Amino acid sequence: MAVETKIGGYICSGCDIGSAVDVEALLKMAKSEGCAICKSHEALCSAEGVQMIKADIAAEELNRVVVAGCSRRIKMEEFSFGDKVITGRANIREHVAWVMEPNDEDTQMAAEDYVTMEIHRMKNTDYIEPLVQDIDKTVLVVGGGVSGLRSALAAAGAGNDAVLVEKENLLGGWATKWKKVFPKAAPYKDLADSNVGDLIKKVEANDKIKVYTGSTIKKIHGEPGKFDVTLKGSSTDTFKAGSVVLAAGWKPYDANKLDHLGYGKNNVLTNVQMEEMLNSGGLKRASDGAAPKSVAFIQCAGSRDQEHLPYCSAVCCRVSLKQAKFIRDAYPDTQVYILYKDLRSPGQYELFYKNVQEDEGVFLTKGEVIRVDQLDGDRVEIELEDTLFGENIIVQTDMLVLAAGMVPNTHVEGVAEIMGDEAETAEKPAEAADGEEEADTGASAELGAKILNLSYRKGTDLPTLKYGFPDSHYICFPYETQRTAIFAAGCVRAPMDLASAENDAYGAALKAVQATELIGAGKAVHPRAGDTSNPDFFLQRCTQCKRCTEECPFGTLDEDEKGTPETHPNRCRRCGICMGACPERIVSFKDYSVHIIGEMLKSLEIPEEEDEKPRVLAFMCENDALPSLDIAAAHRMKINPFVRIIPVRCLGSMNVVWIADALSNGYDGVILIGCKHGDDYQCHFIKGSELANTRMENVREKLKQLVLEEERVQIHELSLSEWAKIPQVLDDFIDDIDTVGPNPYKGF
Amino acid sequence: MEISASGDRITADLLVVGGGISGMTAAIEASEFGKDAVLIEKEPFLGGRVVRMNQYFPKMCPPVCGLEINLRRIRTNDRIKVLTLTEVTEVSGQKGDYEVTLTVSPRYINNNCTACEECEKVCEIEVDDEFNFGLNKRKAVYFRNMAYPSLYVADPDYVKDPKFKACVDACKYNAFDLDQQPQTVTVKCKGIVWATGWKPYDAAKLDNLGFGQYDNVITNVMLERYSAEEGPTSGKISRPSDGGEIKKIGFVQCAGSRDENHLPYCSGVCCSASLKQARYVRAQYPDAEIHIFYIDIRTPGRLEDFYQELQSDEKVFFHRGKGADIKETGNKNLLISAENTLTGELTEHEVELVVLATGMVPNAATDKLPADTPLDDWGFLLPDAPSGIIGAGVTNRPVEVAASVQDATGAVLKALTAERS
Repeated sequence: MAVETKIGGYICSGCDIGSAVDVEALLKMAKSEGCAICKSHEALCSAEGVQMIKADIAAEELNRVVVAGCSRRIKMEEFSFGDKVITGRANIREHVAWVMEPNDEDTQMAAEDYVTMEIHRMKNTDYIEPLVQDIDKTVLVVGGGVSGLRSALAAAGAGNDAVLVEKENLLGGWATKWKKVFPKAAPYKDLADSNVGDLIKKVEANDKIKVYTGSTIKKIHGEPGKFDVTLKGSSTDTFKAGSVVLAAGWKPYDANKLDHLGYGKNNVLTNVQMEEMLNSGGLKRASDGAAPKSVAFIQCAGSRDQEHLPYCSAVCCRVSLKQAKFIRDAYPDTQVYILYKDLRSPGQYELFYKNVQEDEGVFLTKGEVIRVDQLDGDRVEIELEDTLFGENIIVQTDMLVLAAGMVPNTHVEGVAEIMGDEAETAEKPAEAADGEEEADTGASAELGAKILNLSYRKGTDLPTLKYGFPDSHYICFPYETQRTAIFAAGCVRAPMDLASAENDAYGAALKAVQATELIGAGKAVHPRAGDTSNPDFFLQRCTQCKRCTEECPFGTLDEDEKGTPETHPNRCRRCGICMGACPERIVSFKDYSVHIIGEMLKSLEIPEEEDEKPRVLAFMCENDALPSLDIAAAHRMKINPFVRIIPVRCLGSMNVVWIADALSNGYDGVILIGCKHGDDYQCHFIKGSELANTRMENVREKLKQLVLEEERVQIHELSLSEWAKIPQVLDDFIDDIDTVGPNPYKGF
Repeated sequence: MEISASGDRITADLLVVGGGISGMTAAIEASEFGKDAVLIEKEPFLGGRVVRMNQYFPKMCPPVCGLEINLRRIRTNDRIKVLTLTEVTEVSGQKGDYEVTLTVSPRYINNNCTACEECEKVCEIEVDDEFNFGLNKRKAVYFRNMAYPSLYVADPDYVKDPKFKACVDACKYNAFDLDQQPQTVTVKCKGIVWATGWKPYDAAKLDNLGFGQYDNVITNVMLERYSAEEGPTSGKISRPSDGGEIKKIGFVQCAGSRDENHLPYCSGVCCSASLKQARYVRAQYPDAEIHIFYIDIRTPGRLEDFYQELQSDEKVFFHRGKGADIKETGNKNLLISAENTLTGELTEHEVELVVLATGMVPNAATDKLPADTPLDDWGFLLPDAPSGIIGAGVTNRPVEVAASVQDATGAVLKALTAERS
């Protein structure tokens, strides 16, 4: 620290604080804790209050300010005093005055404790120097279908260079095989032409876009802003890239698995085969080359089926409507049957469905297919049950189309879920051993579809959700990704139609371009967007235990041969999970560290056993649990005065040494309150709350060794909307502590 | 961002109209992309429709969780300027060079407000709370969690009421300013994203379904409020007529949707919304029977898992057939007649509460939109508007939250670059 810290302490007496606590006593206490100057005001956030602080900063050369008043979530602008002054907020309104008995001895102690802790936070917090760097802002787009073409155009439109890599020799992907596409505008009656030809032309004419066809990615090495990309195939070029859009598309579900629906029989084909047929010469039966008099479509062929694809591919209903429409227009004598479970034509496409329905030559009916047989060698007979007619229906047709679903190209047979390290037990993909030189990717390199071939310790590809889609897990944040600056777009991330894929590509391109902007400025991307802090690793003390490299949900850290972490600041999301993981406490941020929190909790005076005032610490997730307490406070719910709250970036950043420190300093217990974990996790850092739960098992072991009751350390899940439960959660915890009695280490 | 000293002229890159999840997303994504964005919202709070939702399908997570992150992204980014209580009055110019005139309505409360609650405590004026669809009362001065800035809100209809003086007198911080007048602000910008969202279809128009006629017929958006901790019943789902418990509940899908007399399109989300609400009911009443009347259950993609889960639930019954008619019985229960759409066969079920799954109507259908921004027959924005204005979210098509956010993210590039579709 170049300059010594000089702290100003400011206590607000407004908003009932002054009538709940003794402000004079707080001022005296702040002074004794080392504040150079201490003042109170009846409304610190008022223009006058803010001016008072500013004048002191100028006159006294303060470089730290502690504002004791309302929650740090509000009045942020008022209490920002520029780059040279770090502000700490002691929440004596929502954490004390509004939620505790006014003028009670315990209330006063709570207020004093929050001010003390904040002073100690400020004493130990240092300036952040943003890692501003010259980076490469090229967007690498993997996949040359509609999603990839549009992503490249959108990125180039934003002013970035783009490189498009397509494994086939031609651009355009599946869309080039489609005869027509869904109607695009009201009245949703006539089929439209796809714009893929235009997209290809535009991409080829754009001098900011470099295209490689017949090539795939051999290796992506490094970190966002500084990726080294090596190709294989037609080109073996190498180049730099800043961010990546994965638009690797989809493949049709393997129809050979659909023999129960007649695949393999004469004149039975898939929807993709029908499309290719319509696009190359028209409707003909394979058996005799004649145009069929009737065509039946079986919807959800292998989809919404636990034996095959449990999900819905979202487009197949409309594809069959489209093919029906095309057939009826071109072959008016051909009768069409569409046999479905639920007809899914969302939004305005309902009008398209209506229009097709009105054609008497299209018979749409609901039912479950129970039998598909060959009839007369070339016809097909289908039997349906659970129909709306109360009896089974039999359809005989000249041709049968199976509306089969879409499988993302990231899906690997036998690997249901690739969630980083969880997939270690999964099978090896069959095609991995093709003799190609593989990227040097470390532990779980053999997993994944090997499309990106990232040289990340945690795997070669984007981690995927169920069914192999590298989709976002978050409803609010569909572009959230577990690999910083790498975004999925189009059908690889979720089944969708062409218009949605193109739209998705715009979004992914924006995120890719945005990531390069933020990273160049040394800023974190979502969810801590704009955060300039970075974890420092004091590697001299590293014991190569690999916990940090294993636990980082974002694959930030690789390892050298010895197992020492190799940091990649541009992959980092600043959640602090590595800091929570490290048993040697060598990871720290300038404004958030094991040391800072340790000093805060040690700064408090713990009541003696005979005072009969238990003291517990609550580490609360600042994203959800902490705001929910603010809401509870706004409702003036009562919070137990024996609890002291310390916000954490994520429960995953909680280092167990804090628990040890708390217990050895005489706290009677520690409660961790964070987000839901499990399949529907709500943790914004994916694994943080889950890791905290895992670490708790070790904590319980330790407690046992120290002959301490396991009730002393608890973990609790709470979502932001469950604010009304907070008082009870804390009261129950204090009850448990009362039952087990004071911490026997108190006073030692 | 350049803001004139008086605050009435702003120069920015992007103007985003509408502060719901789509608009917030567009403004935040633009600002994190290094562009200056002005976000305007006509209500005094952000969050639009989603802030009125209790949970999202299929994760059953609360919208406030993501909104909290978004609020933080706004508060810590000086490239975003948020103006609430603000509407567009005029747009001139074209893509690359717009001049937009905004009207900012008086807030009557200034930044001195500390949200200390004293004014609300003494306020004697109580009015129907529109946020909760009038299911409860609020004061004429009140607080919303998503208020922006985080200040109290004065109801403009009552600030001149003699009884309102007590609120003003209770304020220790000089936060009331009842002389405030509407203000005109001009924004010079390069692109405009229109994200004014949607409103629920007016269920009162569905006369065969009894809404407004029978106490115990409610809509899906109302059930969200009944299920929310901050809602009128503190999260308890009960019968509006008597606060009674639910033994059997009916969900009527496509209430007014896929119906040429009402909304011919499918709103795309109501099936998943009802499945989600079935889970709310299931959690509160483990023994209650849940009956869902539908034409097609539409759960695309991985939402199918969500449907499968409820299909295997022995307390949830799916009936294929459109809810044709609802009648009240003696004890304020309801008799749902459902028609099998193909056979014409009618079935009847008696339930304690009916939830109508009504669809989404774009606000643009009734908003005043700047010239040369054509809409389709139902009020959704058509692509490639000559005005260069780019729609986002439900302004473009009826979609769920994730698709709205996706759309809003892409809209930033469409609005600010020559590439658009």
